[in-house]
Amino acid sequence: MMRPELTSDIPEWNAGNLPPDTCCRAGILADLNAGWRTVRPVVDAERCKGCYKCYLHCPDGTIGMDSGKASVDYNFCKGCGICARICPFDCITMEAEE
Amino acid sequence: MSGPNARTITGDEYFYGHKACAGCGGALAVRIALKVLGKNAVAVLPAGCMSAVGFNFPNLCFANNAIISTFAGTASMMTGIEAGLKARGLSDYTVVGFAGDGGTADIGLQALSGCIDRNDDVIYICYDNEAYMNTGTQKSSLTPFGASTTTTPAGSVVRGNIREKKNLLEIVAAHGIPYAATASIGYLDDYMMKVKKASLIKGTKFIHVLAPCPTGWGAQTDMTVELAKKAVDTGLWRLAEYENGEFRLNRDITDPDGIRGYLRSQKRFAHLTDEDISHIVESRDARWGRSLP
Repeated sequence: MMRPELTSDIPEWNAGNLPPDTCCRAGILADLNAGWRTVRPVVDAERCKGCYKCYLHCPDGTIGMDSGKASVDYNFCKGCGICARICPFDCITMEAEE
Repeated sequence: MSGPNARTITGDEYFYGHKACAGCGGALAVRIALKVLGKNAVAVLPAGCMSAVGFNFPNLCFANNAIISTFAGTASMMTGIEAGLKARGLSDYTVVGFAGDGGTADIGLQALSGCIDRNDDVIYICYDNEAYMNTGTQKSSLTPFGASTTTTPAGSVVRGNIREKKNLLEIVAAHGIPYAATASIGYLDDYMMKVKKASLIKGTKFIHVLAPCPTGWGAQTDMTVELAKKAVDTGLWRLAEYENGEFRLNRDITDPDGIRGYLRSQKRFAHLTDEDISHIVESRDARWGRSLP
């Protein structure tokens, strides 16, 4: 499974070395979205049945099902709360960011 | 046909780290379609939310090939890309366009019409958030009756948008297109089935997917999927297909009385009077060709 991550080798662009055309490598992520959140989804792994509903409905694709249970990529989750609302087992709660 | 599901689509993410508002319906529509189509999909995005949030230099949040087109030229750029890929001798690809309601039903309509007329082998997906959300909620021809936008503000005389939502599915179907469908991000299994089906048909395919915008609709960010579902359940949005010259309805109304709750949960409809809501109920009934309880 391929989940993009923060790109580490972004060139230092300046007026002198901008790409000659408008092409750019796909999948470059220069900054995180974590700072957008005021609340964060917390998964109760004990109660997660691995139904994939939260994974499917996340607009940002930040929920992975690698271990058969939901896990959140907090680098890119914006805290919208769709996952908590859609979970049929109420095992995701939104908790305030400190 | 039985479509793909959460377990059978790829676990790869092709639209990731984008700057869409929290709870964005359009981002979900794009993400899911790309997961169904896979890594060889080439995406075309005109001016609109999804290009504004996906291509913030140096961020490029599409992990597959993606390009921004002119606002009016989504379909014509898809035509060119498809011709170019074919000329290079490639065959394992899908050219897909993601344009908003304004970019499709207003500004991009002639290019879309030409593309369908040529029957180019592409999938055009219109993610409909019912106004020009990228520029701050101006009315489009797919904004529903009564919605307050910055160009149809609700006041004491005129209460929001006075025009009905354009029937885009029928406009597209009138071209004799091989496949057209409406979908909703509230029913993702249905949407994934339609995207998959479209990818297997030769010629031009069109999918119109309802994608609520919490920012422009004035709703909580966690309500996006539920609103998209309610719009279908109450009959304000229909899940339908057009194929082989015939329309087919995919889902009946299950909650005809839910309209009031649907409207009242959104700030853009907060000003509506009971009379306005009755008008919305009547026009829904007229569209369905029957009076509902």
